[in-house]
Amino acid sequence: MDWELILKVYPYFLEAAWVTIQLSVLTVALGLVCGALGAAARLSRFALLRFLGAAYVSVIRGTPALIQLFLLYFGGPQIGIQLDAFEAGVIGLGINIGAYMTETMRGAIISVDRGQGEAARTLGLSQFQAFRKVVLPQALRLMIRPLGVNINAQIKGTALVAAISVVELTYTAQRYIGSTYKPFEMFMLSGLLYMAIIYATGKGITYLDSRVRLQ
Amino acid sequence: MTDPQHFVEIRHAQKSYGKFEVLKDISLTVERGQIVAIIGPSGSGKSTLLRAINDLDPLTGGEIWLDGVQVNKKLPHRQYEKHINAMRQHVGMVFQHFNLFPHLTVRENVTMAPKLLKGISEDEANKLAEEQLNHVGMIERIDYYPSQLSGGQKQRVAIARALAMRPKLMLFDEATSALDPELVEEVNQVMKTLAEEHMTMIIVTHEMDFAASVCDRVLFMDQGVVVEEGPPEKVFRNPDQERTREFLRKHLEGAK
Repeated sequence: MDWELILKVYPYFLEAAWVTIQLSVLTVALGLVCGALGAAARLSRFALLRFLGAAYVSVIRGTPALIQLFLLYFGGPQIGIQLDAFEAGVIGLGINIGAYMTETMRGAIISVDRGQGEAARTLGLSQFQAFRKVVLPQALRLMIRPLGVNINAQIKGTALVAAISVVELTYTAQRYIGSTYKPFEMFMLSGLLYMAIIYATGKGITYLDSRVRLQ
Repeated sequence: MTDPQHFVEIRHAQKSYGKFEVLKDISLTVERGQIVAIIGPSGSGKSTLLRAINDLDPLTGGEIWLDGVQVNKKLPHRQYEKHINAMRQHVGMVFQHFNLFPHLTVRENVTMAPKLLKGISEDEANKLAEEQLNHVGMIERIDYYPSQLSGGQKQRVAIARALAMRPKLMLFDEATSALDPELVEEVNQVMKTLAEEHMTMIIVTHEMDFAASVCDRVLFMDQGVVVEEGPPEKVFRNPDQERTREFLRKHLEGAK
């Protein structure tokens, strides 16, 4: 292990880790929005929306994220979508994780006992009121952990944007290997930083979950 | 169609799922202050009929009238939603599995709908919760969560929650069927209190003794039709129909 080298390059890796964190936060935020819209569409009473929601989920989950990213970044300009690598990474991966989150959210919503919505409706609440006051608060509690699994996958998934040369943890490791020929040290270093980010996020999710858990 | 003469009028109620008919041309009237019990084997359609009254399970044919207004009017979707939400405020419902809101305290369970739908203030809501929980003997548990209550206590809170909307009619869908035997009595007591206060009630039940003691009228349903109907002493002691006799006999054996 070349400790001297590690000490020399680690500040650059910390910078790269910061880019990975930014990518993670932005893609997860976009994913949550896409997931909420997707779940709403899939549970809509309009057949067209249900179809669009289902199509979104099956197209995105049925193709590799890397292909989606390449399509957006390299193929985009052909149809007039000009994005820099970071933007393409955030939008591509956000839409990707959104499809998984759609299913997570939909699953949580439909697993709230049917009697809950019924009880709210019999009191005179509208469908929307019953959803907002009774079903959603219970569904949110049910979806925190599975969304945590999606987020965990997404943080690691940000490594894909190295392929479109966004300077984040994975790309940085590759770049320093090119000049140092020390792949073991470089990959260990970026792997450890991924682990630190994942660990902190996991702690946060566990805390959130324990705060809202039903007694 | 003639105007309704009765407080609750069910006219030729019909409900089918595809080819399977759950309710076959059922008509029923209930007067203000009356208590009607619906008994019958499981699958007879009694819960479906009860749930049709507030449109939880909409009928496929027939009409339901409450206090001069048709519940299942034909209206465009949006208008119908408005209409049915307003109608349901007048009809309280109590479920077999309580369906209390687990994320809210007892107090919040009772006050949520009145606060949301009647725009009452925090003070009024608290007074209302105290009044209704006193009524069902649950005032000591006002700041508990449903998970901290026994089944009987949950059901009493569920009754208070329904009463807080000041309904004209209460529907009980096997309110004591999910309770341990020793907890049934406390819920029956609350229902008896309501009976003494002349609340109009339609009760789907398996408890013949209770039905006999509080009801003005008993309906025996089987396979989607009303087989027999009359005052409890008649239906329980001296039924006309063989099917009713058989049901009561089986039920009595089951109870032993």
